[in-house]
Amino acid sequence: MSRKDLATDLAELEQALQGTSGRQYWRSLDELAGTAAFQKLMRREFPQQADVWPDSLSRRHFLTLMGASLALAGLSGCSVKPAPMGKIVPYVQPPREIVAGEPLFFATAQPLPGGAVGLLVESHMGRPTKIEGNPDHPASGGATSIYHQASILTLYDPDRSQTVTYQGRTRAWTEALATLRTGLEKERDNGGAAVRILSEPILSPSLARQRERLLKSLPKAKWHVYEPLLQDARLEAMRLAFGQNLDCHYAFNKADVVLSLDADFLGSEPGNLRWIADFMSRRRIRTPASDSTQASMNRLYCIETEVTCTGAKADHRLAVRVQDIEGLARAIASKLGVSTAGSSGSAGPHEKWVAAVAKDLEAHRGRVLVLAGNRQPVAVHLLAHAINQHLGNVGQTVFYSRPVTEGPSPRIESLRELADDMRQDRVRLLIVLDANPVYSAPADIKFMDALERVPLRVHLGLYQDETARRCHWHLNEAHFLETWGDARAFDGTATLMQPLIEPLYRGRSAIELVAFLATLQETPGEELVRSRWRDHWNQQTRGPKTDDAFDAFWKTSLHDGVVAGTGFPIRNVALENDWQRHLEPQASASGASSRPGDESFELAFAPDPTVFDGSFANNGWLQECPKPSTTLTWDNAALMSPDTARQLGVELGEYAHGGEHGGFKMPVVELKVEDRSVLAPAWIVPGHADHSITVHFGYGRESAGRVGGQRDQKVGFNAYAMRTSSQPWFVPNVRVTKTDRTHLLACTQQHNLMENRDLVRSASLEKFRQKPDFASEPEKQKEIDETRRAPAPLEFYPPLEPPASTPKWGMVIDLTTCVGCKACVVACQAENNIPVVGKQQVAAGREMHWIRVDRYVGGTAEAPAEFHFQPVPCMHCERAPCEYVCPVEATVHSAEGLNDMVYNRCVGTRFCSNNCSYKVRRFNFFHYADFETGSLRLQYNPDVTVRSRGVMEKCSYCVQRIRHAQIDADREERPIADGEVVTACQAACPAGAIAFGDLSNSASEAAKWRSSPLNYALLEELGTRPRTTYLAAVRNPNPELEGG
Amino acid sequence: MSPAASIKTAEVRQSETSGELRYVPVGHTFASVTEKIAELVLGRATRQAWFVVLAAGTVLLLMFSAVIVYLLAKGTGIWGINVPVGWCFAITSFVWWIGIGHAGTLISAILVLLHQKWRTSINRIAEAMTIFAVMCAGTFPLLHLGRPWFFFWLLPYPNTMKLWPQFRSALVWDVFAVSTYFSVSLMFWYMGMIPDFATLRDRAVQRRWQVVYGMLAMGWRNSARHWHRYQMAYLLLAGLATPLVISVHSVVSSDFAISLEPGWHETVFPPYFVAGALLSGFAMVIALAIPMRHYYGIEDFISVSHLEVMAKILLATSFFTSYGYFSEQFITWISGETYDKYVYLNILIGFRQYAAVTWITLCCVFIAPQLLWIKRFRRNEKVLFVVSVLVLAGMWMERYLLITTSLSRDFLPSSWGIFQPTVWDILTYVGSLGLFIVTFLLFCRFLPMISMCEMRGLLPGARGHEEGR
Amino acid sequence: MPQVFPRAMNILSRASLFGSLLVAALVLWICLVYTRSPYGTAAGVMRVQQVPFSHQHHVGVLGIDCRYCHTTVEHSSFAGIPPTKTCMNCHSQIWVGSEMLEPVRASYQSQKPLQWDRVNNLPGFVYFDHSIHVNKGIGCASCHGRIDEMPFTYQAKSLLMEWCLDCHRHPEREIRPRAEVFNMKYQQPANQLELGRQLMDEYHIANETTLTSCSVCHR
Repeated sequence: MSRKDLATDLAELEQALQGTSGRQYWRSLDELAGTAAFQKLMRREFPQQADVWPDSLSRRHFLTLMGASLALAGLSGCSVKPAPMGKIVPYVQPPREIVAGEPLFFATAQPLPGGAVGLLVESHMGRPTKIEGNPDHPASGGATSIYHQASILTLYDPDRSQTVTYQGRTRAWTEALATLRTGLEKERDNGGAAVRILSEPILSPSLARQRERLLKSLPKAKWHVYEPLLQDARLEAMRLAFGQNLDCHYAFNKADVVLSLDADFLGSEPGNLRWIADFMSRRRIRTPASDSTQASMNRLYCIETEVTCTGAKADHRLAVRVQDIEGLARAIASKLGVSTAGSSGSAGPHEKWVAAVAKDLEAHRGRVLVLAGNRQPVAVHLLAHAINQHLGNVGQTVFYSRPVTEGPSPRIESLRELADDMRQDRVRLLIVLDANPVYSAPADIKFMDALERVPLRVHLGLYQDETARRCHWHLNEAHFLETWGDARAFDGTATLMQPLIEPLYRGRSAIELVAFLATLQETPGEELVRSRWRDHWNQQTRGPKTDDAFDAFWKTSLHDGVVAGTGFPIRNVALENDWQRHLEPQASASGASSRPGDESFELAFAPDPTVFDGSFANNGWLQECPKPSTTLTWDNAALMSPDTARQLGVELGEYAHGGEHGGFKMPVVELKVEDRSVLAPAWIVPGHADHSITVHFGYGRESAGRVGGQRDQKVGFNAYAMRTSSQPWFVPNVRVTKTDRTHLLACTQQHNLMENRDLVRSASLEKFRQKPDFASEPEKQKEIDETRRAPAPLEFYPPLEPPASTPKWGMVIDLTTCVGCKACVVACQAENNIPVVGKQQVAAGREMHWIRVDRYVGGTAEAPAEFHFQPVPCMHCERAPCEYVCPVEATVHSAEGLNDMVYNRCVGTRFCSNNCSYKVRRFNFFHYADFETGSLRLQYNPDVTVRSRGVMEKCSYCVQRIRHAQIDADREERPIADGEVVTACQAACPAGAIAFGDLSNSASEAAKWRSSPLNYALLEELGTRPRTTYLAAVRNPNPELEGG
Repeated sequence: MSPAASIKTAEVRQSETSGELRYVPVGHTFASVTEKIAELVLGRATRQAWFVVLAAGTVLLLMFSAVIVYLLAKGTGIWGINVPVGWCFAITSFVWWIGIGHAGTLISAILVLLHQKWRTSINRIAEAMTIFAVMCAGTFPLLHLGRPWFFFWLLPYPNTMKLWPQFRSALVWDVFAVSTYFSVSLMFWYMGMIPDFATLRDRAVQRRWQVVYGMLAMGWRNSARHWHRYQMAYLLLAGLATPLVISVHSVVSSDFAISLEPGWHETVFPPYFVAGALLSGFAMVIALAIPMRHYYGIEDFISVSHLEVMAKILLATSFFTSYGYFSEQFITWISGETYDKYVYLNILIGFRQYAAVTWITLCCVFIAPQLLWIKRFRRNEKVLFVVSVLVLAGMWMERYLLITTSLSRDFLPSSWGIFQPTVWDILTYVGSLGLFIVTFLLFCRFLPMISMCEMRGLLPGARGHEEGR
Repeated sequence: MPQVFPRAMNILSRASLFGSLLVAALVLWICLVYTRSPYGTAAGVMRVQQVPFSHQHHVGVLGIDCRYCHTTVEHSSFAGIPPTKTCMNCHSQIWVGSEMLEPVRASYQSQKPLQWDRVNNLPGFVYFDHSIHVNKGIGCASCHGRIDEMPFTYQAKSLLMEWCLDCHRHPEREIRPRAEVFNMKYQQPANQLELGRQLMDEYHIANETTLTSCSVCHR
């Protein structure tokens, strides 16, 4: 169709919806769906289902159209135009279960590396708008990570590939399938010897089943698996240690002492929500002041290179180069009497540390946990297994089971083999399922060149990514919220995935495609998944195998979001006797004792804390989410310690617009290994290991999209280019030269020090036992109270007299358990329609996040003693400085003590923000909210006004959720139960570090926390009386290492 | 050129050199005074210089309007402001202009009450300047709004939302303070001109001018009754205006003083702001008077002695201001209040850009005026001019610092940031100068820039008048 | 020298002093009046719909309960506009051939929804919830007027914020027993205020401070 017609149609529609805005606009959804223009457009945009429109409005079809219609409608945020009289269009047949204006929740799961995580998806009038964790799911427990929160944005991402293409030109699915059919039929006779399939590790039982069927029909075809975050060392260690491929499970909730060897298990990797929860369950201090001596915590030792969330929370953190960790591991092992054949490693300068750790581990036999990080060499993994077994942790805190992924294990060999085959023209048909090796394959494999030699290349994926562009055919994949499917969690528990919305662009799932390859005929995904689970059920169930019985099982599984009893059984395994033998080869590699020469720098790789391996690159929420330890946004950088920086002559460059709260023009350094080199802006990270430089994957995309980068405007640099399969995770020696170029890095907090202000109050467990109220400083408190009790001072604040029944909303944030993963930030963004402003605006100090996670460094920037994370939402002060300065009363106190922000009354003087002591207010300096990009509007939460230009905004304690609960309660004439109102940040938090509730109800969780001796208010001396308070951070350092 | 205009007897020069204070235009008669001043408006063909400057001003003014259009189209984001620094150039300029607007009322109101004769030759200019300065000031609070089109929500009127502005907010006080100040100054200015309008009406040759000035004169007939009423009203207005001089800037200062920000939360602000206002106000008067007296050849009306008096006031107010400045620092130091202390250290020995500005400011506002201890400099126009321009610049920077530094480094280091002006910040400020220049030039051309009637009142023969006062 | 102006000008000039003030006041007054007038609020403007549906007939004469069509009014923010199906429940039996009902049948056959002109409407930043009002004893008629007397439906009240506030500040003036909520003909008793206060306690209706918190309606 011609753009022009579309334009005119759009114009017509826009007109039809003119001025309809915000909430009332959602009501007028189907008004639009009626209009002729819309119908015309439907036919063009979605030919496939334009026809379904006239006949029955089955729920999901109805939804698609609804979706499309929304995409074209107009929101005018807080306009004060008299509400226009649009059309109002009712259903013809009311769809079941939809009550206009009431959201619905559906259970599903998101498959990500590390296992699927169960989700509950909130759907408004058929639009999925918000994702929550599924409390019944083992991997989620109700929590979500930034990736799950952000996936809703990917669903509506306008840059998603919307059609099948052949060499860049639009085609229909039928044509694509036809080509495949002929292609495969040709291969049939020789058993598909020239057919290759490349996929990511398979988490989906149904996909696995289809894979088997395919390999049955094409016995000679090969199926390769590749994931960018190579785990060869881990897998190899498993093979050597136990002679089989296993997954390792950790019971952090049972471990008293945890030793992490470069394992960022608290970090923002998708799979570890459960770990965070379990680990923190042992750190929460809820004991009242009276028996503070009973308080107990686990203890975390962490050896790592860059500053990760894990390191930041560690009670003792050792920052060394990646390559030095093996030496330390060996040293610890030998101290524990684990034979470390060959080099026993030496702790070098860290002798004392190692000794103390070994002693501590020894002391807690069976209640200890030792983990090795993905990027550590085989030896370290082996040692970890050995120590765990030696200390009798296996079966206590460590468990083994069959691996979650089915099919071949993701080894780099698999990819190399494929590349070689392609190079020798042994491949005539290659099908890439949702993988992007062209971008992420190690440099030495030269995957792209090999790829070019395959005569027929087909790619299935969400985006027209680097690989897609080099394949003949690109098939647009359906988003996981659009399709039927299933996926296993880390422990094997399977979840059925159900579509929340008809595929916006008629995409298909990998399951459907593989099924087609196997059978050469199309089968709807639902059927495929159903049949897979029908068989499963047939084996499991004892009772009569009737269809109704199965339907019941099916329905419950769908509803609960978990298939009961699919978790893997624990395997009792023991180390092979000769496991030490395998230590030898690596022995030489140990370099702890060798003091790094001044000129030698190590180059360490790591997945990016926000865009991960690059598959999330085109997600604005993740790009703008400040990275936990650097608060950088929209870029990756060469991270280095202050010392290393000094050596390289790198220092903070000239200010970006917002200064420390905006970023710097940083010098660019050239990293060179052999013939490979990249230009990377340098960034100085207090606490980073010296002589080591960390770079993150996931940037420098060439065709990610408008957000993640395109050839002409790249975002960041591509670290994969520096990587080889022989040195997948670190290069011991890299040449670093400072260039005279500079690059703007946008960060939201460069100032690391607290300037001796008691913003984050913390103490050791010991201190807490002696002086439980160290944080609240009673004498100071008393003083404050006195000044308040003084003969009523003249106040700017009129007294509120709400009825006794009115709740007193408040929030308490536990600084001990917050791991700084930023899930709250993205969750808030999703819930409250917070716009993405882009790198330049962040650099100008104008990011819009309602809740931010402040990061402070204890001690000096050169030698940081400890790291702190402090989430800062609006404090909802009872004596709010922002309120009395607003000339139009656009921000006022509600009866429940909420500090209401009334967007439609705000004229934008910014006085409130200036006078906010916590600087939590955010201003729409420009028209940030996106009203133009149709599909993005689908995501907006209809219960929250979309703010327009010139308006102040800030955390509202998710007032829309409060009101919803309140109205429900009021209707039923009962008080709101504790836990009935859950704010978005609280719901997402994997560490359970946020409590929200009615402070006037002493039984409420929040009230309990607030009465804890650890409770204190930020800047309480200002007398703002915040409703958001903090529980001081408590650490559990080893007395032997104290002061050392 | 009329004979009167050329009156400039040896006496005048002599008085200039001898430096004895003589405010009465030397060697003038009732007729000559009137004629000379009226000539400036009616007769005297406009000279090129006037057009040149007007053209320059107009260019700036057009640019100003262009900037405003762009601002309204795009939003306040075109400026360098951010979180934490939510205010900067706009508010700085607002405070600065308002400050300048102070001299006028001070001279006309307070000096009237104090029977300061020397004011007569400059009060008209000062008042005019006040009006225009306040106009410039007025634009900024409007422009800096995120949604300027809702400015009227700051006014109390019975609206359909049943809402009132919040009277606890200093911004609302501003609205009243500034608008009152403006209207009173305007009336004062206009009142004062009525008799002169009548004169012009009667002297005008062309009919259209007769009509125009006639209307402005509102039927003034110089009758004794008129004069009596006129002087009553004038005194009353003076009494009414006097408190305003103090109040307006005190209120403006409370935009900051009522806040919680370190460095803003100061009780010294109101007097300190007023002092600063007078300082910049007088600086502006001097800066304007010096070129004008030459351009219009009115050295005999605005004599060097006049300048000298103003120079003295300049010096005095500079001390007030600096006192406020230092007392602020001192109190902070003695209180030892963490956040305040940090802000001030920051301002003084601080942090990249700000410290430099601080010291420049001090030089302009405090050091430079010290020259005026010396009589020679007080009576030397060039020195005076330079000093007053420096003071004006200094006062602007002082406000800039005051606003920015506090905001950029307040309580939580995590949200510390800085302000960096964009080109739009600068254009907006420079543009407002255009508005001022144009309006002022038009005033010089079409209105009597010196009060004829009051000048006449100073002449020896006018004692009778004197008693009337 | 001849006088420039006639004598009359004196009076004129004096008059102008006060005249200017008067004019200003007048303009303001007109603005305020306009915004409250039907021109500004669209209150009382009848709308001719594609199907001349008469509430007067269905509610007033036939006495059909509001909830028969507006099904979700009691448990959702949105009262609900009846789907064509609801019309056809009856009109597949009665008035089968009627000319007026042609669009309804058409819609039912073609599955194309009917289109009504919106009558009551609020700006996007106002979050009104029918269920809570209905459940707390605010009668339909209180906001929608005597629907049962409207042959063509129109917006009965101004829907201005001041109008909302009147009730949120003094709920007792409007509250009626729950049983009477859907009763169009309900007359307020003489002792309304007394009854209102009593019902407020009974229904646990919050006081003015709570009801006038901004976030009750604006989020």
